[in-house]
Amino acid sequence: MDSIFFYIVAATAVISGILVVGCKNPINSALSLIMTFFSLATLYVMLDAPFMAAIQVIVYAGAIMVLIVFVIMLLNIRIESGKRYMHTRVMGAILGAVVLIETLYVIMRPASQNLTGGKGPVDAAMVLNVGHTELIGRALFTDYLLPFEITSILLLVAIVGAVLLAKRKV
Amino acid sequence: MIAIHHYLILSAILFAIGTVGVLVRKNAIVIFMCIELMLNAVNLTFIALSNHLGKLDGQIFVFFVMTVAAAEAAVGLALMIAFFNNKESIEVEDFNLMKQ
Repeated sequence: MDSIFFYIVAATAVISGILVVGCKNPINSALSLIMTFFSLATLYVMLDAPFMAAIQVIVYAGAIMVLIVFVIMLLNIRIESGKRYMHTRVMGAILGAVVLIETLYVIMRPASQNLTGGKGPVDAAMVLNVGHTELIGRALFTDYLLPFEITSILLLVAIVGAVLLAKRKV
Repeated sequence: MIAIHHYLILSAILFAIGTVGVLVRKNAIVIFMCIELMLNAVNLTFIALSNHLGKLDGQIFVFFVMTVAAAEAAVGLALMIAFFNNKESIEVEDFNLMKQ
């Protein structure tokens, strides 16, 4: 049952991922990308990470995609004009196949068949008892406090940069 | 319980699709969306391995990747609007100001 559900969600993710690349109209690509994000959020729930699924939907499918769709509509972009070059498609397909084969080789080779490492304390029961948000929050505000603070500076720089770039006259 | 390799293979496939999109498409916004797709494929790897190893470090990394993606979206789309105001186009073939 679990694996049938996984295969359905995985197939949805892959098909909508292909549609992101294949659709001629950018709006259709954006909607397919939202579908992929929802499929990935479903997989995060299956991996005992409900908080990550929530921020995947809120931040990615909500905030970022609204921004992208807004810009597509603001600029009134239509279907790609001009001829498409055959050699870019062939080279893109070849390089994509090379990337896929490389990563599949790394995953499938015998040395990575026993990915155990040091088994940590977090499992499904602990996530259920303590709560995933609390676990993430505790890790974020103790072990990863400095990166968290630096992230706030990054967001501030992004706000200033976006306003500065989009204004006509400063 | 699904073996971890299923998640890793799905992530590899999504990453390859994103790579092909970046190389093949001409519209800058679609290329941008393909980069988001690749970032999401990496996020899936992080969360699958975090679950497999029983540690939260991978999920914290996903948190930071999402933050960087949000910042990148804001600045990148502002750049595209600035470019569109100058060139009336968003296709990467027209991004040749340095060559002229």
